[in-house]
Amino acid sequence: MPSDAGQGQVHLALKSTPLAVRHALSGLFRDDRLGGLKAHQRSTAELLLAEVLNNVVEHAYANITGDIEVSVAHCGRSLMFRVVDCGAELPGHVLPPGHLADFGQHSDLPEGGFGWHMIRALAKDVEYRRQDGCNQLSFRLDLA
Amino acid sequence: MQLLAEQRGGLLIVRALDSRIDAAVAIQFKEQMRDLVRAAPPRVMLDLSGVTFLDSSGLGAVVAVMKLLGPDHRLELSGLTPTVEKVFRLTRMDTIFTIHRSVPGDLHDAV
Repeated sequence: MPSDAGQGQVHLALKSTPLAVRHALSGLFRDDRLGGLKAHQRSTAELLLAEVLNNVVEHAYANITGDIEVSVAHCGRSLMFRVVDCGAELPGHVLPPGHLADFGQHSDLPEGGFGWHMIRALAKDVEYRRQDGCNQLSFRLDLA
Repeated sequence: MQLLAEQRGGLLIVRALDSRIDAAVAIQFKEQMRDLVRAAPPRVMLDLSGVTFLDSSGLGAVVAVMKLLGPDHRLELSGLTPTVEKVFRLTRMDTIFTIHRSVPGDLHDAV
C-alpha cells in the first residue's frame, strides 16, 4: 500500500426507501468523508453502492421497510464495502450472475437486470453471506 | 422530476432539469416522458447534460421510453456527463442509442 494512502471509514444506517438511499449516497460521496477520493472515483463508488442498495430496497425488503447498515472503508487504493440488511434472503443464497440479456430488436430490449451487471462489472470479491436472518454483502472497489 | 420540452419541426427536445434520474424518480420520469411524447414528431432527443447521476432504474426508464415510442419514432440522447456515459457503456446501451454531444441550437440559453 502506498504511504499516501487515503484513510477514512464511514458507517451509516438507513431505511429501505429510494429517497433514504438517495440521501445516504449524497451524504457519503458529496463530501470527502472517505478521504482523498477523486471526483470520478466518488461517482463510480456512488454508482456501485446505489445498485447494491437499490437491490436491497426492491428485493430483500420488497414489501416492507427495513433497516440497512452500510460500512465503507478507504484502504489504500481500494474501497471496502459491507452492506447488511435483514430482509428476504437471496434465492438459493447465490449471487445473480449479472449477464446482460441479448438484445436484437429494440422491442426486446431489457428494462431491468442492469443492476447486477454493473455490480459485477465494477466490484471485486463480491461475497454474500446469510447469517442470523440477515444478508451480508461485501465487495471491493479498486480505485483507478 | 422536472422536464422541459421544446418542439422544433420534426424534433422534440426534452431536457431533464433534475440532476439525478435514480430509483426514487424513475417511474415518475417514465410517466412524464410518456405524456410528453404522446404526440411527438418522429425524432425525440433527451438532453441529459444536466444529469450527473443515473442508476440502473433510471437507465431502465430511458429504455422503456424508447420502447413505448415504438418503431416509427427514434429516441436520441445528448449531453451525457461522465458518470451517465459510464452507465450506458457498462450496459452496452451506448450501442443502442444515438448519442450526441449536445443538442442542436440554443435550448440551454433559453432556460
